[in-house]
Amino acid sequence: MEKKEMTCIVCPIGCHVEIWKEDGEFVITGNQCPRGETYAIKELTNPTRMIPTTVTIKGAKLPRLPVITSDPVPKEDIFKVMEVVNKAKVEAPVTVGDVIVEDVLGLGVNIVATRSMKKAE
Amino acid sequence: MNYDIIVIGGGPAGLAAAIEAKKKGVDKILVLERDRELGGILQQCIHNGFGLHIFKEELTGPEYAERFIDELHEMNIDYKLNHMVIDISEDKVVTVISEDNGLQLINAKSVILAMGCRERTRGAIAVPGSRPAGILSAGTAQRYVNMEGYMVGKKVVIVGSGDIGLIMARRMSLEGASVEAVVEIMPFSGGLNRNIVQCLDDYDIPLKLSHSVTEIRGKDRVTGVTISQVDKNLNIIEGTSYDVECDTVLFSVGLIPENELSLKAGIDLSKQTNGAVVNENMETEVPGIFACGNVLHVHDLVDWVTEESRKAGAYAAEYVLGGCKDSSSDEVIRTVAKNGISYIVPQRLRKDNLHEEIILYFRVRDIYYDRKIVVKNKGEVIKSVKRRHLAPGEMEQVKIKTELLRNIDIDELTVEVSEEV
Repeated sequence: MEKKEMTCIVCPIGCHVEIWKEDGEFVITGNQCPRGETYAIKELTNPTRMIPTTVTIKGAKLPRLPVITSDPVPKEDIFKVMEVVNKAKVEAPVTVGDVIVEDVLGLGVNIVATRSMKKAE
Repeated sequence: MNYDIIVIGGGPAGLAAAIEAKKKGVDKILVLERDRELGGILQQCIHNGFGLHIFKEELTGPEYAERFIDELHEMNIDYKLNHMVIDISEDKVVTVISEDNGLQLINAKSVILAMGCRERTRGAIAVPGSRPAGILSAGTAQRYVNMEGYMVGKKVVIVGSGDIGLIMARRMSLEGASVEAVVEIMPFSGGLNRNIVQCLDDYDIPLKLSHSVTEIRGKDRVTGVTISQVDKNLNIIEGTSYDVECDTVLFSVGLIPENELSLKAGIDLSKQTNGAVVNENMETEVPGIFACGNVLHVHDLVDWVTEESRKAGAYAAEYVLGGCKDSSSDEVIRTVAKNGISYIVPQRLRKDNLHEEIILYFRVRDIYYDRKIVVKNKGEVIKSVKRRHLAPGEMEQVKIKTELLRNIDIDELTVEVSEEV
């Protein structure tokens, strides 16, 4: 397996970490603390991200409602999730935390509103 | 009309200051906001990463704002939207205009300045070329995309690698645009590592360090830019220029505290911060006028804005309720930025009003590894703290127990980055 380089983002130091597999074990260099090891393995085997974005809202003062994934989703699914979220339409009023899309792509993650929006008068 | 405290600006700084002043027992507080809603710039910062220090959880900008807006409502603090303050006099008469009420003069016993900051523009860095459509500051683009629902372009070049630029690189990519490059004139990014990884690396966006946009082309709409490498004196290296096609250029080249009103009130601004000079109470040189948040100095995290603004609110309350000492005292300790430090807030500490603990906020000039932050009086070390990593993009703070300063002859506290560890 080839070496993979990455910048650790656990703290502001930002160590340049290299990770590869040798005899079935991960070898990690460049990290200055154990947290870098955990980060590197996670980034290599199962990188995940939160996706903050917006959906169309009708009947509010503004046309867009900010939303986010309730938990991180696999990095490779980011654009697939965006496709689903971009089709979502909601109607005011909305309360922060409301589920906008349930169990997106069967990932076990909801898309939730990150602000409240009243019905426009 | 009369109020005890008028807070100018309903963003994170103004909200925290107003709430804290009310908690300290001041009843008549008015928050004046020029926008159509409270929350300030947080409402367009839909990404997560806010609140780790204040709430011990990771919130988006709107969520962070909503918690304070809810609290303001629960505490029945008066606020006015779509109200623009146009003048503050030294005796604290605030002139405000609005469609609802026309022009009003409001008297305050105390004023808290919480107007925030605005973005530097293309003009501030004087990029040559034509002036077609498609050139925006990153924050303006952020508002269009996240709040107004307009996509600002399809092929984007971002100038400057501060956090807003990085966040917008990801945002534009998520919405289907192609971000051709983030161009940074310095040899390092001013943004957080985490944003470089999750906003640029994730989307294979090149970060061109030590590069500058040297021309913008296009007649009606941007058609492209020229990018050139610069040397360590930031001069263009000949023969390194190349053209990139794009329809949009976003500028993320720094923030300026918005202090026109402060100047009208007769407040001196610091050349280092472009914000007011304040004392240990976050009070400006005009007694009873306080300042906090990005109007005072540009912060990296909103959590520190909240912390600082709560202080300003508390001391404004103390001023109104009469427990505050007269700020005309001239027995002060000045804080002075030395080697490697670009500024310190607060700039002066009144000797007879030192709180139990003094917190000095500052920024460093360069990236450093394994250094010490050293606070000195007349060359003698008062406090020294180790830092594994220091960067200009991150606000630093050092806490000093006041008992360390008692009974010593002191006029100046210097702060420096020191080599030895």
